[in-house]
Amino acid sequence: MRIWAITKRVLKQLLRDKRTLALMFIAPLVVLALMSYIFSVNMTSNVTIGTVGVSQTLQKDLNKVQHVKVKAYSSKQKAQTALKNEQVDSTLEKRHNNFYATYANTDSSKTKLAKTALQTVLKQEKMNGLIQQFKQVQQKLPATAAQQQPKTKQTTPKIHNDYRYGNGNSTFFAKLMPILMGFFVFFFVFLISGMALLSERTSGTLERLLVTPVRRSDIIYGYMLSYGLIAVIQTLLIVIFTVTVLNVQVLGSLWLVLLITILLALVALSLGIFTSTFAKSEFQMIQFIPIIVIPQIFFSGIIPLESMANWAQWLADVLPMKYAADALTAVIMKDATFTQIAGDLLALLIFIIVLTAGNIWGLRRYRKV
Amino acid sequence: MAKRIVQLQHVHKKFGTHTVLEDVSFNLDQGEIVGLIGPSGAGKSTIIKVTLGMEKADGGQITVFGEQMPQRQLLKKIGYMAQNDALYDSLTAYENLEFFAQMKGVSAKEIPAQIDHAAKIVDLKNQIKQRVGSYSGGMRRRLSLAIALLGNPPLIVLDEPTVGIDPALRRQIWHELSRLRDDGHAILVTTHVMDEAELTDRVALLLDGKLIANDKPKILEKQYQVANIEEVFLKAEGDLA
Ligand SMILES: Nc1ncnc2c1ncn2[C@@H]1O[C@H](COP(=O)(O)OP(=O)(O)O)[C@@H](O)[C@H]1O
Ligand SMILES: [Mg+2]
Repeated sequence: MRIWAITKRVLKQLLRDKRTLALMFIAPLVVLALMSYIFSVNMTSNVTIGTVGVSQTLQKDLNKVQHVKVKAYSSKQKAQTALKNEQVDSTLEKRHNNFYATYANTDSSKTKLAKTALQTVLKQEKMNGLIQQFKQVQQKLPATAAQQQPKTKQTTPKIHNDYRYGNGNSTFFAKLMPILMGFFVFFFVFLISGMALLSERTSGTLERLLVTPVRRSDIIYGYMLSYGLIAVIQTLLIVIFTVTVLNVQVLGSLWLVLLITILLALVALSLGIFTSTFAKSEFQMIQFIPIIVIPQIFFSGIIPLESMANWAQWLADVLPMKYAADALTAVIMKDATFTQIAGDLLALLIFIIVLTAGNIWGLRRYRKV
Repeated sequence: MAKRIVQLQHVHKKFGTHTVLEDVSFNLDQGEIVGLIGPSGAGKSTIIKVTLGMEKADGGQITVFGEQMPQRQLLKKIGYMAQNDALYDSLTAYENLEFFAQMKGVSAKEIPAQIDHAAKIVDLKNQIKQRVGSYSGGMRRRLSLAIALLGNPPLIVLDEPTVGIDPALRRQIWHELSRLRDDGHAILVTTHVMDEAELTDRVALLLDGKLIANDKPKILEKQYQVANIEEVFLKAEGDLA
């Protein structure tokens, strides 16, 4: 029953700390909403191409490309000035049958868009030219030969797009969301539980507690229970918010999502408690964030792990976020089942068991039994 | 003969190379108040910590209730008040008391009565629903003392219990300690306030980790031919130098 008393006490303290509550429950939603907005904006960046001596048809074709606008300039100098003044994002000049393009290249996504548009349009132009030549050749051929030509369908094939996950409007954010969800749970539980235990250490309540017949494990389990509960609420909030407000789709079972995040929260909790052992003040606890928390997000699959060097992949293997992000992505985007993510769950469980045992042992510092 | 509750024999303790306790031997029996007296840094808190098993002694024998510490189950019979007030600021005084009562294993049925009793002794009944964060230093000290008294433990260990408590209440607390002693509790109190020594049954004078005297206040005063413990202390210190 002592476990439950500790759980209740930790929860009570948390609920009375309005600032921490906001940090746990509101901050992730705000950040997610912001990120969702930022990534959706990034997808619709527009480029303006300044042209010099380019034919009317080519200008028209370029204009037809989505997010591309064309502005014609009478001289090269004028176009260059416009580029310098950021009125256009790139220039295109036709000289002696060759095209010369200059890109501002301050925004790589814009450069890429302009480049692609130019290539497509120029290819099309070339094709048109070939077709013209072909037609001319054809006309010169005897009529009989022309009749033997198989009838080609006049209608160009239409592409029907089908999306396994989300829709045509899915953004990079959709891919990021499962990882971010896990990361927020990890980050906030790590920080807040670490701080909570640190303050028990520095205020002396932990030492005081260990002069009662409480088991060392009761203290750790009490913390796990309370923060597990907090993680459930936090995850529910994040999931409900991303699904209803940010229109992100969860393909798999919500229960599995909760299971993963609870396990991840327990890893974060035990890691937070473990880390707090090495901190003497709250500031020192903050100093652990770049070492322990930030790498988790780099190796969580935002950047594909397969493309990384061997040592980086090994590093990722010992970071709990990798397994959680993997499982969350699988469940949310690919409707993975329990058995499909069992390996990841097992990895998280191992982290929890090892760290928890370490934490219980670590309390021997204050009491040898 | 009264039952022996605490026994320290030739206890040594070092922090690094710094010797904090040197060959300390002393006892505490049922039904007595022993005052552990000495200037700050003398090693009073360290004696308490090795006694309760929070620190490991480097040499010597320590038994509590006849058993070697540390022993988790023995902690049930010990009420401890630390030198620093280890309290949860965001909880009310009542919630602090309730939590520590639960930790001590006081049964749920008994908890309200126990809290009521302890709060009455330290005169915090009217402020018991207040959050501890709003408490003054003296109030925090009293709450810590109330926590130590929960569960009616046969051994009570108090590390500087009366610091920051005003004289009227201090007298009341000592009165209560005497009453507990008469009930058969064993009480170990540290203090650096010499005149409190007169209220104990026995004083152990500690200087630089060495026990320099250990007897009834009256006997010590007679032995050193002085009027009070403070002078005993000064004289003992002078003899040593
Ligand atoms: N954890 C510790 N590490 C190192 N030195 C300590 C520690 N605890 C106490 N000391 C040292 O031991 C000596 C006695 O301390 P303490 O028992 O707290 O004295 P008192 O309670 O009599 O004021 C002091 O010099 C103190 O600096
Ligand atoms: Mg002390």
